Amino acid sequence: MKLETNTTRARFRAITDNAVTLLAVLATFLVIAPLVAIFVYLIYRGYSSLSLDFFTRIPKPVGEKGGGMANAIVGSGILLALASVIGVPIGIGGGIFLAEFGRGTKLANSIRFTADVLNGVPSIVMGVAAYALIVSPHVRYMPLLGHFSAFSGGVALGIMMIPTVCRTTEEMLLMVPHAVREAALGLGVPNWRSVLSITVRTASPGIITGCMLAFARVAGETAPLIFTALGNSFWSTSLNEPIAALPLQIYVYAISPYDEWHKLAWAGALVLIVLIVLAVSLVRYVTSRGVLKGAS
Amino acid sequence: MIQVPETRISPPQQRHELQSAAALQTASASLKASEIRKFLLQRGNSALADRWFHVLMLLCALSIFGIVLLIAGELAIGSSLSWGQFGFDFFFKTYFDPYTHLPVYWDPVNGHFSALPFVYGTLVSSFLSLLIAVPLAIGVAVFLTEMCPGVLRGPLAFLTELLAAIPSIIYGLWAVFVLVPLLREYVNPLLTGSLGWTGLFSDDNPTGLGFVAAAVILAIMILPIISSLTREVMIAVPHSQREAVLALGATRWEMIRMGVLRNARIGIVGSVILGLGRALGETMAVTMVIGNTPEIHRSLLANGASMASVIANEYAEATSNLHRSALTEIGLALFVVTILVNAVARLLVWAVTRGAPARSR
Amino acid sequence: MGVGIEVINLNAWYGANHTLQDINLNIPANHATALIGPSGCGKSTFVRCLNRMHETNPIARVTGTVRIGDLDIYEDAKPVEIRRRVGMVFQRPNPFPTMSIYDNVASGLKLNGFRNRHALDEIVERSLKDSALWDEVKDDLKKKSGASLSGGQQQRLCIARALAVDPEVLLMDEPASALDPVSTSKIEDLIFQLKSQYTIVIVTHNMQQAARVAEKTGFFLNGRMVEFDSTHKIFTNPSDKRTEDYITGRFG
Repeated sequence: MKLETNTTRARFRAITDNAVTLLAVLATFLVIAPLVAIFVYLIYRGYSSLSLDFFTRIPKPVGEKGGGMANAIVGSGILLALASVIGVPIGIGGGIFLAEFGRGTKLANSIRFTADVLNGVPSIVMGVAAYALIVSPHVRYMPLLGHFSAFSGGVALGIMMIPTVCRTTEEMLLMVPHAVREAALGLGVPNWRSVLSITVRTASPGIITGCMLAFARVAGETAPLIFTALGNSFWSTSLNEPIAALPLQIYVYAISPYDEWHKLAWAGALVLIVLIVLAVSLVRYVTSRGVLKGAS
Repeated sequence: MIQVPETRISPPQQRHELQSAAALQTASASLKASEIRKFLLQRGNSALADRWFHVLMLLCALSIFGIVLLIAGELAIGSSLSWGQFGFDFFFKTYFDPYTHLPVYWDPVNGHFSALPFVYGTLVSSFLSLLIAVPLAIGVAVFLTEMCPGVLRGPLAFLTELLAAIPSIIYGLWAVFVLVPLLREYVNPLLTGSLGWTGLFSDDNPTGLGFVAAAVILAIMILPIISSLTREVMIAVPHSQREAVLALGATRWEMIRMGVLRNARIGIVGSVILGLGRALGETMAVTMVIGNTPEIHRSLLANGASMASVIANEYAEATSNLHRSALTEIGLALFVVTILVNAVARLLVWAVTRGAPARSR
Repeated sequence: MGVGIEVINLNAWYGANHTLQDINLNIPANHATALIGPSGCGKSTFVRCLNRMHETNPIARVTGTVRIGDLDIYEDAKPVEIRRRVGMVFQRPNPFPTMSIYDNVASGLKLNGFRNRHALDEIVERSLKDSALWDEVKDDLKKKSGASLSGGQQQRLCIARALAVDPEVLLMDEPASALDPVSTSKIEDLIFQLKSQYTIVIVTHNMQQAARVAEKTGFFLNGRMVEFDSTHKIFTNPSDKRTEDYITGRFG
């Protein structure tokens, strides 16, 4: 009996197989190409526009040369600090509930699902909600409310951090071996103490990583800031005033018609991306070393 | 089956001398020991603290629901004015200019508000981007899971991760200064030349901005999401499925098609929908390249606007309450749609990856 | 000094599984008591009922009375209070991976709010000496993490951790089953020394181990306690046919 009965068919199958392999490789190249292009161009344009002034000066009026984004860098720092103060504790608390108290319950499952869905809500929608909640002239029952302010921008970013931090915290806590929890329980340690001092502490490298990832994500957010933090071309560190932010400034400069400003936009983009790449690489380094170093 | 010979069992009495030695060694500490016991006895059972801790963590978790309700509530209240004035017509209505008889959709000065061009712009740019991104993303996922040499897998996965971490604004910046000129000079003339007869690629927009530019940058942005999720779903397909197909004498492609893609198709659909969800709400990059004109054109090279881009452009400067309310209603629509799209996508992805080994990072 | 344990009509469920049925037992103070039986017979569940660890699983349930000393543990006290008086050593060594050796031993006291540093130093040293680990680790108490020790050392560290809170009862759930023979014999020597001060209940699937360390032995089968008697009697002249079958290796 002959093993191969239909050689044309066999050849066709072999050709299809090779063609598909080729297509897959091609697709991968097509995907990597723009990424490389973006990075190379960003570094090229950004580096040539970067100067010491960029970090130390505030923007000059239109038409004047020079100037920098010192106020935007500081502003981003303030916004992110406020966002972290709001997002990190609540997110971690939610993650603790999901992993330690609600495991397997309907409530926890629906919270987990809602968090995932909330992660997909566009940031511009967060901005509109934050505007309606804090900025809108109708709300004046507290001193910080009723106008554009750093406070409103920080709150918008903080709310965006919550679902991300919550889910990564949960994932990291679930990786803590059950034996470690039992050991704490067996010593008669109160539950709250054992969760905070044993479980969370064991998972802390992973949790910090998750927070950094959320941090990196909101660091580049522009849309929710346009009508909350608004932007500011002068020095301001007050929570009660509009404040500059790096991505916001990049946006304003990018769509402006001035070449000088385009340069600053590229420099700002480079600074932003360096920060984010650093965060992501750190995250990857920590996770590749094993989230729970030494945990059996 | 072990037969335990009785001689091997050593009665405990043999070791009594050891025991007394230990007693001597620790006798001095026995006083301290009772103090420890007393201390621990005096500690409360911290039932109250545990209770509070539980409640506090529960509140943190419930804040997720709170956020969703808060957003929905704020958006609903904010858009009530526009809703009361236009109702459902808001998304379909067209005004006609009394003199020129041209359609007018969005004219804040004269109080005409219709979201139709934005809905159109969002749908066209999103689906066009899926058209570009989905085949590429599946190709990448197939390459990464089934063909990629092990050495490349790590760096490539890292690269995809990085791609997902780049902020929208930087994609937008790149699109404005690199992609749009590229389209304007080379790609658009090519498209008009070869496909102009379809009417989809007319040559009356010299800027290079428009739906095609928006779709290309959107495709680049959603590719990592779709490909990494598709990869996850494909990894979750049990190895036995592959082997079963290979054992029938299938080539690698036949194995991938029948053993992997067929089993993973629900999850792949889920990841595509998730990419759609991201594309629908993507704001900055689209705002920077779509042209921001509230008009509907057949040509994909024409300027347009999306739901997210009009909010980004006009919200901060909206002067009348009705204008702001109309923009808020667009935001509400975006919120509802992305919630639904994401929920469907998550359910599909979960259906496939549930029970599979934990996500490999 | 340890106290005796009195178990009356103890029943335990795990979901729909009736894992322990009508256990009645008197465990003597300051002796080692071994519990043997094939895997899945309920012996682990039983020790976990003695410090209320069984109920930490949401689908688990317990009825009956357990008295440790004068204390009815299911009536008179909260689980955390019981667990401070009843130490437990688990099957797999489970030191806290992020803590140093010192902090591991001190954890039971520190996490319960004990602040006296000077006293802690003493307690840590004594506990490590009692668990025969002191000489091996005394030079890097605060430098090395508990997870960096070998398996046998980790298990002795876990014993030291349990001893540091000065419990009245020490429960050991197959403490040597994950260890090599040398470490196992060290743990057995340790149990032998410790039983003068603590009431020790040790679960084991290793009959020779039960014979070596315990004065009393109970045989569990299918959630029931078949026989409880002096170790010598159980291993030389069991009164129940099933015990004899198990001891002589006919099943399990």
